[in-house]
Amino acid sequence: MTAVPVATKPVGVGWDPRRYFGGFWRHPFARAVLKAVLTVWVTTTLTFFLIRLMPGNPVELKIDELIQTANGALTYDDAKAIASGLFAIDLNAPLHEQYLSFIGSLLRLDLGRSFLSSGTTVTSIILAVLPWTLFSVGTGLLLSFVAGIFLGLLAAYRRNSLLDRIASTGGSLVSSIPNYNLALLIILFAGVQWHLINFTSMRGAYTSGLEPGFTPAFIADIFYHAALPITIYFLTPLGHWILSMRSATLSALEEDYVTAARARGLSDGRIRTAYVGRNAVLPLVTQLAISVGFIVGGAAVIEQLFAYQGVGKRLLDSVTQRDYPVIQGVVLLTTISVVVANLAADLLYSKLDPRIGRAGGAAG
Amino acid sequence: MSTAILARPTLGQRVAGPIVATFEFLRLLATRPIGLAGFVGIVFFIFLAFVAPLFVPLRNDPSLVDIYQAPSAAHPLGTDFQGRDVLNQIVYGGRDILTVAILAALVSTFIAISIGSVAATVGGRLDTAILAITDVTLTLPKLILLIAVAAILRPTSFVFLAVILGLLQWSSLLRQVRSQVLSLKERDYVEAARSLDLGLFHIVFREILPTMRSYIVIHFILAMTEAMYAQVFIIFLGLVPVSGSNWGIMLYFAQGQGALFYKDSIWYILSPILAVSLVQLSLVSFAGALEDIFNPRLRGA
Repeated sequence: MTAVPVATKPVGVGWDPRRYFGGFWRHPFARAVLKAVLTVWVTTTLTFFLIRLMPGNPVELKIDELIQTANGALTYDDAKAIASGLFAIDLNAPLHEQYLSFIGSLLRLDLGRSFLSSGTTVTSIILAVLPWTLFSVGTGLLLSFVAGIFLGLLAAYRRNSLLDRIASTGGSLVSSIPNYNLALLIILFAGVQWHLINFTSMRGAYTSGLEPGFTPAFIADIFYHAALPITIYFLTPLGHWILSMRSATLSALEEDYVTAARARGLSDGRIRTAYVGRNAVLPLVTQLAISVGFIVGGAAVIEQLFAYQGVGKRLLDSVTQRDYPVIQGVVLLTTISVVVANLAADLLYSKLDPRIGRAGGAAG
Repeated sequence: MSTAILARPTLGQRVAGPIVATFEFLRLLATRPIGLAGFVGIVFFIFLAFVAPLFVPLRNDPSLVDIYQAPSAAHPLGTDFQGRDVLNQIVYGGRDILTVAILAALVSTFIAISIGSVAATVGGRLDTAILAITDVTLTLPKLILLIAVAAILRPTSFVFLAVILGLLQWSSLLRQVRSQVLSLKERDYVEAARSLDLGLFHIVFREILPTMRSYIVIHFILAMTEAMYAQVFIIFLGLVPVSGSNWGIMLYFAQGQGALFYKDSIWYILSPILAVSLVQLSLVSFAGALEDIFNPRLRGA
């Protein structure tokens, strides 16, 4: 092979894919979608390799277990066939085909079957618990975002006032306490020591026997059961929002356009919302998107502590039961929901910030 | 290459410089009560975890007559479900937690700084590729992934656990390092080093990174808090089959043995909660004060 000097390469002649896809890639919408697809693909691949390739991986463990429980009545190939069905992977195919069929069945939302109750599909198990986590996490996170933005804006406008001190110091104090410790403290003091809350009646996602539906009684019941998890999801990131919004507002207040707006005699209220607030809140939207993944992950321990039937509790239960198809399914579906939330935030961001709407303007 | 324009500092100057800087730093820190409290807290917990076990004898023999005792002179923090002294467990339970937090922070900070600064300095497609990978990792629900990884790999050693934690949390720091380096690399002194053709290694590690020292220290501390959170999270959930005793294992047993719902055992479960939370608080408030000191633009704000 002869080396072709780079300089002799024809420039601008012929079809250069980068000229088309490069421009396409720079469009924020395409960028966000591509990022979402990439994230899901990375998680899928990672999960596949963890399940399939690691020494002592779950598939091998299951085959061994099947042979042992059958007491010699099962050959290795029979056990392998059963395991194939359970994991929804054809174990006799070459590895790359296993990988492709794994991706294929995933696209059909076929995640295999649970080890414990072989009739139930993983998808149905997860779809039964995922809404509860999304509901409680979403409510808590949005409430804390709104409250944090409001308090942060107020703290920045009344810098060094008592309110500022309480909001900034208190917020950072509560935020640096791990969420499981916060939950334990609530249980310890509000529940056990002072008997303020009746925990046993708040367990689960809703009172059993109540007819699910859009009735006032059922909706009130849902919020009653989700109150404690929502409180934790509200408190944990609150300090972060307050501090970020406070510093973003402080720097926005020094911008020239704010001075210009003042000089033009605009009302304080209008400057606060349309000029300062709007620009200060922009970077926080991206942070909100990133925090979704963190809060959903942290929800596992919260749901465990409050016995709330969400996806995190289901994940931990499957870990103790070594129900690997369910573990795999939870990881994938949770990632997909987090990625969709991020995608929504990315799109919202480009809506809120007109500078982003144009190609090439995506700021980190 | 001899650059004898500046005289080499004498030994006295070389020793005096850092001492003066340390005093100046402590003077600035003393004006910030929250940051000072954080600093004292960190020193206290490092002493408690690494020095105190050398002087306090380990007492972990179960004593069934002393189960769940309230605090007393013999047991200042009461006893646990096997009648063991809680204070003794707190003293011995910090070393592993802090070591893993430091190791994990080292791993993630190292990845973020080396790859982030190279990406920003080299630029081009390498930068685009690294940024894409970082963005993808940034959105992953890492704790869910951590649970799955721990369930499948079952990390039995603390070093392995630290590496897993470090590998999961480098992405946000990498982004920040990259954008910092992007702005720093346009500075004159970096331009000068580039025109002297000093090489990528020299430019990144001798010209750019030293100016980011304080920034790196702050983020190292914050990375420690993240690693500690995730580590206690995973131990508390009982997903790491590690033996011995540490604050996370104490929490795990306290919850598993029903200490949560037993009135007299409140000190048993409260002690690890307080230990973990106080370390986190100290680290965060110290990092906040450092940011305030090292970034004079923010001073007085």
